[in-house]
Amino acid sequence: MIELAGLTKRYGDKTAVDDLTFTVRPGIVTGFLGPNGAGKSTTMRMILGLDHPTAGRVRIDGKRYEQLKDPLTYIGALLDAKAVHGGRSAFNHLLCLAQSNGIPRARVAEVLDTVGLTAVARKKAKGFSLGMGQRLGIAGALLGDPRILMFDEPVNGLDPEGIHWIRTLMKTLAAQGRTVFVSSHLMSEMALTADHLVVIGQGRLLADTSMADFIRTNSRSYVRVRSPQRERLLDVLHGAGITVVETGTGALEAEGGKAEPIGELAAQNGIVLHELSIQQASLEEAFMQLTAESVEYHAHTDSPPVPQAWGTGWDKGA
Amino acid sequence: MSTHQPPLPQAAPGGSYPGYISPIPVVRTHLGHAIASEWTKIRSVRSTMWTLGVFVLLVVGIGLLAGALVSNSSSSGDLSGASALSLGFFGLLLGSMCIITLGVLTTASEYGTGMIRTTMVACPSRARVLVAKAIVFFSVAFVITLAASAFVAMTQVSMLDGVTRTPTSGEWLKGTVGVSLYIALLGLLSLIIGSVIRHSAGAVTIMIGAVLAPLVIALFMFSSSLEKVRTALFEYSIPNQLSVFYSNSLGDSGPSGWDPLWIILGVTAVAFAGAYALLEKRDV
Ligand SMILES: Nc1ncnc2c1ncn2[C@@H]1O[C@H](COP(=O)(O)OP(=O)(O)OP(=O)(O)O)[C@@H](O)[C@H]1O
Ligand SMILES: [Mg+2]
Repeated sequence: MIELAGLTKRYGDKTAVDDLTFTVRPGIVTGFLGPNGAGKSTTMRMILGLDHPTAGRVRIDGKRYEQLKDPLTYIGALLDAKAVHGGRSAFNHLLCLAQSNGIPRARVAEVLDTVGLTAVARKKAKGFSLGMGQRLGIAGALLGDPRILMFDEPVNGLDPEGIHWIRTLMKTLAAQGRTVFVSSHLMSEMALTADHLVVIGQGRLLADTSMADFIRTNSRSYVRVRSPQRERLLDVLHGAGITVVETGTGALEAEGGKAEPIGELAAQNGIVLHELSIQQASLEEAFMQLTAESVEYHAHTDSPPVPQAWGTGWDKGA
Repeated sequence: MSTHQPPLPQAAPGGSYPGYISPIPVVRTHLGHAIASEWTKIRSVRSTMWTLGVFVLLVVGIGLLAGALVSNSSSSGDLSGASALSLGFFGLLLGSMCIITLGVLTTASEYGTGMIRTTMVACPSRARVLVAKAIVFFSVAFVITLAASAFVAMTQVSMLDGVTRTPTSGEWLKGTVGVSLYIALLGLLSLIIGSVIRHSAGAVTIMIGAVLAPLVIALFMFSSSLEKVRTALFEYSIPNQLSVFYSNSLGDSGPSGWDPLWIILGVTAVAFAGAYALLEKRDV
């Protein structure tokens, strides 16, 4: 169990993490979601005692990280897969970690086998592909067979088979009663793995909810209708008390998840339909809506980058 | 900033937390674990082999070369005042650059690669990490320097038998154990600077500057009003302090005898305390 209370981190003027309070519970996978720069990695570094919080606190089963006598057998973490010395072999990298926590040497070979790196155990880490590096990082997290696991964007750089493997791994770990805390910017990925969701944007807590609740409240479904007799159809639907939204493309979107009443109404009134389909707003859209105001690094999708005239940016900055 | 601490969510009754229990036996970690880990680290990278290999090559190569030159060129009696041990000085002075580099790499390279985060997660006691690195590095540097300098000293003394005076046992001790302790401490100081600067190239530059700068600056102080500063800079420069281990002249000023060792020991101790305080204060 990881408990955060009022956790805040400022770097100079920049507030990276802003008054976060939530609990990560054992036995389930908790997804930690937020757009780029939301403060996910900073929060994880504070949990691990690497960064000092500006305010607030974090406890691991009631203790500060520094108070853990055998940290690796208590909590395993994958922060940054590149955080290894490239000149050291995978085996030696894991061996020095094992030794620092008095973990039996045999575990090194075991975790290398678990992540599928046995064949390259004696190879230097700098030759590893992104996915192999990620697997080495996961091996390090699993080394102490810990009761709490934390992964910062574990699927980064993994191929579909690797992604499937890590999904299954996280679910298995949680099913064994462990606390699993995993960050991501992909809602679709979390929908497949996480049981609980913590969403942050610009360091602030936006949602702390179970995955099922999030889906229930956010996956709005509607019926899309297209007809050459659009005006008549609108009248008929309005008359029946169905809320309809007109879209730019000429189609109509009717609230409610049922297609049957609309089809029947059209038939009774002799209206030709070209399309009648049930649509589901994706969770990704719901997530983007939730974090819309707090996205820090926007790409300009609506307008192509126009070359600015020289000096136009100056008046604002001065 | 407010000191208000929001209440934590309640702990489970009895203070015990539910969850998975690992079959791996729980070990209370101590300094010994950290030392074993640092030993694996230092022996499992190429840069250790390179820096120490070049070090031994420089010390032994230059030492034997100097011995051969002197034994061929000088007629008996020229050098009767000096002991053959002093010829080891040049090799060690150059070789110290390798030890400085290895010292810096021991700490700073972990910041370059990001490995330091993995290290500090595995061992949250920052003091323990720094002490373990210091112990492992110091031992390696001392043993290697002692082996190289003792080998060179014995060879030179036998090559120059009769040409120079036979060293006393006190000179033997200073010329082998003394210089080895000095060089290993210089490396330890580099390790500490590496931990403070967190950048390999930057820390190596600073340390090489510290070794050479005082001597170079002293060379350019022509003005007679600066005579005192000039002498002090020269006498307390690291190359001159290293040479003190080979001379038995008790100069009227400047370090003599075992003084250089006490000086660097003091400087290193102060730097260590500072580096530790910084390490605790900063984010990893
Ligand atoms: N050491 C630091 N010094 C200054 N600013 C920092 C530092 N670390 C993080 N930040 C800032 O804090 C904010 C949060 O960064 P963080 O890396 O925690 O985000 P993230 O949610 O992990 O993003 P991503 O999804 O891109 O990994 C960013 O704006 C970042 O620029
Ligand atoms: Mg991140």
